Amino acid sequence: MHKALAHRPGDDVAVAVVPITAGEEIIVAYLDTDAEEKITTLADIPYGHKVAVHDRTAGDPVVEYGTQIGIAATDIVSGDYVHTHNLKSARW
Amino acid sequence: MELSGFRRTDGTAGIRNHVVILPVDDISNSACEAVASKIVGTLALPHAYGRLQYGDDLDLHFRTIIGTGSNPNVAAAVVIGIEPLWTKTVVDAIAETGKPVSGFSIEGQGDLETVRQASRVAMEYVQQATEQHRERIRPNDLTISIKCGESDTTTGLGSCPTVGATIDRLLDQGATVIFGETSELTGGEHIVAARMATDELTTAFLEVYNSYVAEIGSRAVDLLGSQPTQGNIAGGLSTIEEKALGNIQKLGSHPVIGVLQPAERPGNGPGLYFMDTSSAAAECITLMAAAGAVAHFFPTGQGNIVGNPIEPVIKLTANAHTAATMSEHIDLNVSGLLSREVELTEAADRLLGTLQRTANGRLTAAEALGHREFVMTKLYRSA
Repeated sequence: MHKALAHRPGDDVAVAVVPITAGEEIIVAYLDTDAEEKITTLADIPYGHKVAVHDRTAGDPVVEYGTQIGIAATDIVSGDYVHTHNLKSARW
Repeated sequence: MELSGFRRTDGTAGIRNHVVILPVDDISNSACEAVASKIVGTLALPHAYGRLQYGDDLDLHFRTIIGTGSNPNVAAAVVIGIEPLWTKTVVDAIAETGKPVSGFSIEGQGDLETVRQASRVAMEYVQQATEQHRERIRPNDLTISIKCGESDTTTGLGSCPTVGATIDRLLDQGATVIFGETSELTGGEHIVAARMATDELTTAFLEVYNSYVAEIGSRAVDLLGSQPTQGNIAGGLSTIEEKALGNIQKLGSHPVIGVLQPAERPGNGPGLYFMDTSSAAAECITLMAAAGAVAHFFPTGQGNIVGNPIEPVIKLTANAHTAATMSEHIDLNVSGLLSREVELTEAADRLLGTLQRTANGRLTAAEALGHREFVMTKLYRSA
């Protein structure tokens, strides 16, 4: 059973649909394609919050919905918790 | 789809049959509330403005008041203002719909005499309205508005896609749908711009969008902490772009055939319209109701509780916690989309069913809880 949902293939983040603890191997399901992949989480991810499914370097765009949702403020690796501490708006 | 509602003489159809007691200005609220407390079945719509406004701001005030009284969910209107001229302006405009409307002004006679006169008319209107029956209406009779609030990541994953799939079906059957939330499209405005049916509409939309964002910029404030809101961030949304992309999942797939001013009635036939609005829930829905919307789909994540006095607000959430902890505010729980126990088509079926029951007379959660947020949009300071 998936514990995180991503919108589209190529998205850099997925959303936890149950609380996830650090070190868990979880299934990420993709809404658009029904594809699944496994990642290992590096931090606790609260319900509704995001986990990285790809590595990003500080300054890289971060993509969800197939569209940029902001810029990585720090280096991010797959399994990291992604939120306002490491993802910033490119708009304001 | 079987729907029932109230046909109006101007050819529109509503799903409620309110007799409203409508103040032209803030100082007439007291008389309106007095009438509504005496005459059972009437609804006063107190608000904060209507004095010493001018220019575009006054135009919007009139458009909102007149549009509210003209909404197909309103059977009849009693209008009360301090001065006769502005009161008559509102009454004459509502009268163009053909519905019963009367105006009373307070200057020269005071609240008590005004309340006496207005109450007698309000009572007649209620007795007329309560004799009207629901009859069969069709989706192409409906104007639906959509706006989400207290969004979180579940909004973009579940409740907004449910609304998108639902409005696609209603639009296929000839309904009119209005969306807005100008500033909250930031990060997805290029996607909305690409949905416009013509190049002229794309230009018009981008002008409206850029003007709104420039106005925010001109205040030289940092919107961080305000957009996304603290509730959005607690719900997992990190940036305005992410919030906007979730928001626009509710727009379905039809082209956008009009760019409306705040509270402007759609004038280009059935279809999907953008309206320039604030993203604040009560302001936005008040403007959409003033444009003639008779039912509202409101996806929420963390649990916005807004209602509107004349337009039923149907709330849905895909957040299982919100559905459990704020159940009295939620009309439809689509959290099964996130656990993948429910397909999007089934979620849309359920929302259409909720609309049907609401049209047939079932009170929404917001109606049953007495949420009647009627909030005017003010463009600038009064003189």
